[in-house]
Amino acid sequence: MINMSDIVKKYFIGTENEITVLKGVGLNIQDGEFVAIVGQSGSGKSTLMNIIGALDRPTEGQYLLDGTAIEDMDDGKLSDVRNQKIGFVFQNFYLIPRTSALTNVEMPLLYRGVGKKARHDRAVKMLELVEMGERMHHMPNELSGGQQQRVAIARALVNEPSVILADEPTGALDTKTGNHIMDIFTKINREEKRTVVLITHNNQLAQLTDRVITISDGEIISDIKTGGGAANL
Amino acid sequence: MIFENISLAITALLSNKMRSILTMLGIIIGISSVIAIMTIGDAMTETVNSAFAAFGTGNINVTVREQNAINRNNMVQMPGGMGMVVMTGGRGTFFAPQDYELISDVIIEEFREAFPDEVAGVVLTHQGKQGAAWNGDLFANISVTGTNPDYILANNVTMLSGRFLSDSDLEDMRSVAVVSDRFVSNMFPDGRDPIGEQVSVYFRNSIEIFTIIGVYRHEAMGFGFSFGPAVPDREIRTPMYIPFTTARQDVRNRNHQAMTVVAARGVNVIEFTDTIIDYFAEVYRYNNTWGVDATNMESILEEAMAALNAISIAVAAIAAISLLVGGIGIMNIMLVSVTERTKEIGIRKALGAKNRHIRLQFITESAIIAAIGGVIGATLGTLIGLAAMPVFSMIMETEMELVVSWGVIALSVAFSAIIGMFFGYYPANKAAKLNPIDALRYE
Repeated sequence: MINMSDIVKKYFIGTENEITVLKGVGLNIQDGEFVAIVGQSGSGKSTLMNIIGALDRPTEGQYLLDGTAIEDMDDGKLSDVRNQKIGFVFQNFYLIPRTSALTNVEMPLLYRGVGKKARHDRAVKMLELVEMGERMHHMPNELSGGQQQRVAIARALVNEPSVILADEPTGALDTKTGNHIMDIFTKINREEKRTVVLITHNNQLAQLTDRVITISDGEIISDIKTGGGAANL
Repeated sequence: MIFENISLAITALLSNKMRSILTMLGIIIGISSVIAIMTIGDAMTETVNSAFAAFGTGNINVTVREQNAINRNNMVQMPGGMGMVVMTGGRGTFFAPQDYELISDVIIEEFREAFPDEVAGVVLTHQGKQGAAWNGDLFANISVTGTNPDYILANNVTMLSGRFLSDSDLEDMRSVAVVSDRFVSNMFPDGRDPIGEQVSVYFRNSIEIFTIIGVYRHEAMGFGFSFGPAVPDREIRTPMYIPFTTARQDVRNRNHQAMTVVAARGVNVIEFTDTIIDYFAEVYRYNNTWGVDATNMESILEEAMAALNAISIAVAAIAAISLLVGGIGIMNIMLVSVTERTKEIGIRKALGAKNRHIRLQFITESAIIAAIGGVIGATLGTLIGLAAMPVFSMIMETEMELVVSWGVIALSVAFSAIIGMFFGYYPANKAAKLNPIDALRYE
């Protein structure tokens, strides 16, 4: 699924301020895993997430996603990868304002060129999966944080991506709502057989997954199988 | 995709109504002024057109002139000898042609025989004296126009009663007159039939008596500007038509300096005008000083139209500058909008939008702002034209009709959309090229 070897990411290359954020990361994530990448801010976990999510290219190293090399793709190809292989869930939900929940969920399908009817049906199905079917015509500002995050999850799932990439998905929510969101991730991992990668600085949250990868100062310092995060729920 | 972009653009515009309207204002002002000017220009063109039509566009004015003043469409064909005349004759000669150098009745007769199918009539006129008919308290101002029966072919004369001049009137040099309805209402207020009545007409040095044989409807000139005190209806001076021969009794010349040839229906007037010039060049080939020129209303009309159109277009072009200003306004606001929506652009890119999707989204938005501005502007411009119509009708002294030119309106809306696309391209491209990570992180 995700095969990374010797990934290096440098910024400000060739200037006095040159900085190496990732120092040769190797990472393999199998199909159907539920993984947490944990690290303090500045550890390089956001950069790693950007590379996994095809938002950015590594400076060095190789990244195969579903067997396809990502590192040399042009912007257009990367857009296709993000569209079809990655489902993003962000800390602050990032729904498009003044656009209904339904239209938000339809958006990845729209960019994929899916027809109107198929788009609608698929989006409705995903909203129902996250129990937001009844509020699909609401605008983002008419929804609570938890509801918005559920819409965002539906949006991430709608193109049946290889990986759900969730960046601090509970960071803007209270504990109870956050737990509910985590339940949803567990559910889509267990029942929908989706690979879920959770990026967080919260160790407790990470313990809910099957495997915790800790990153510090641009390097992976531990990779532990928790062996049954679901048991803790 | 286009449909989604349009609905997206409309949502974006509605979410910021005040800003959208202010942005459109430049386009609205530009388009409405262009449309208003075009509408008024079209109405004026139409008015001039119909005014000229009343004069008769089939009329060709044939005049004896100095050789070098003759304006031929293709000067190249001038025979070699005439080039010398241009130099020796020169401008500034102010002697008049001798009677034998003018167009004689024989020449006219031969000309008519040469073009039996092309010539419907030849009008001879002699602008005579001005005077007034008097009878006790009653008077009517007149100006004498000596002419022949063909006059009615070349001019829009509507006979109300009686008849126009006849060939025998001319042959016998009769003292008969065709007068206007204005003349009749002045001189015969009791409503009596004026046909056959005699009237005394007072000129500066003479009194002449005419028998009325016909009455025509006097119509005010089709167009013209009049300033200064208006003339009371009673005092309006109208033409009194009398036989050409009668009017010229006291003129020594028997031949004609000018005539109007009425082209038959279906004849290409502009071509026939050249034919006439060629024909008379042959007739006058031994005269080094004088020749015959021919001009027609149709080409004059074309020139007048071209001038009017040029003025309309020039003024509209100046108005179009405000379209440029409007376009810059759109560009400005789109740049602001792109900055404000940086995060949205980042989200869309994370969801798989390609650069072209983002570019198309913003270009659609600016095109729609501009097109809506164009629709409002075109409507407003037409209304302004409508409102201005009575004012122009007053100045032009004639009823002007509003010609709503749908073509121009459609064109201006399309043109606005193009302006929107043109000025929206730079901001849209800026949006499209945003780095997704930077855009997502933008606060």
